[in-house]
Amino acid sequence: MTTLMDEVFKALADASRRELLDRLRADNGQTLNELCARLAMTRQAVSKHLAILEAANLVATVRRGREKLHYLNPVPIHEIGERWIGKFERSRLQALSDMKKALEDGNE
Amino acid sequence: MSDKPKFIYVIYIASTPEKVFHALTDPKLSARYWFGYEVTSEWKVGSAFALMKDGKGWDEGKVLEYDPPRRLAYSFHPLHDGLENEKPSRVTFDLEEINGQVKLTMTHDDFIEGSKVLPKISTGWPSILSSLKSLLETGKELPPFWKGDYDKK
Repeated sequence: MTTLMDEVFKALADASRRELLDRLRADNGQTLNELCARLAMTRQAVSKHLAILEAANLVATVRRGREKLHYLNPVPIHEIGERWIGKFERSRLQALSDMKKALEDGNE
Repeated sequence: MSDKPKFIYVIYIASTPEKVFHALTDPKLSARYWFGYEVTSEWKVGSAFALMKDGKGWDEGKVLEYDPPRRLAYSFHPLHDGLENEKPSRVTFDLEEINGQVKLTMTHDDFIEGSKVLPKISTGWPSILSSLKSLLETGKELPPFWKGDYDKK
């Protein structure tokens, strides 16, 4: 049986789809046209990738008039975190992640 | 409604729309998945809404839509962390039954440009929704996400 979590990992196992999620994270609520305008992918490919992301619940959509807006839905990724990150580890991981970010930003 | 929503979160819960709607409007249940906050209202359009904890209202608003078990919306005005002066935003829950599951869509919008509330609340919702799902599916809520070393035995 394929679970929703299988769909999430399959959807994330593709660089183009991760790129689409990055684009939505930077600017949430984009239309297909807006997403296509900034990517080196055909409209068909973007549309197909978005359908896979939506099936995995990583992208949520809302209709506004004739437009369909796409949103990054972080809930499944949060659930992955809940599953494997213990509550005692979370604050230490956050500290490590903050340190990495601070050090790497400083190198630019 | 020219501005598009800032956030849309979707979660699928193995439950019924009635049970999910009840959990969204019941103070005893909300205290379990919403970090101890009780959702308090008479649940009529126009009536007051508050998130209560330790006898104090932390966030308040008004019920904007009440259509059980399909749609619930309220305005959201934090009364803490210096956010009191920002105009209320809007929280909407839409419930849809799909293949024996409930698709719960939560939208938070109507923020002012450069909102201070937005960055503060954006990390909390996925945690609240995951905990709600866990409570309804397993009878057990998740621990608050920030609890780390503090409550280590």
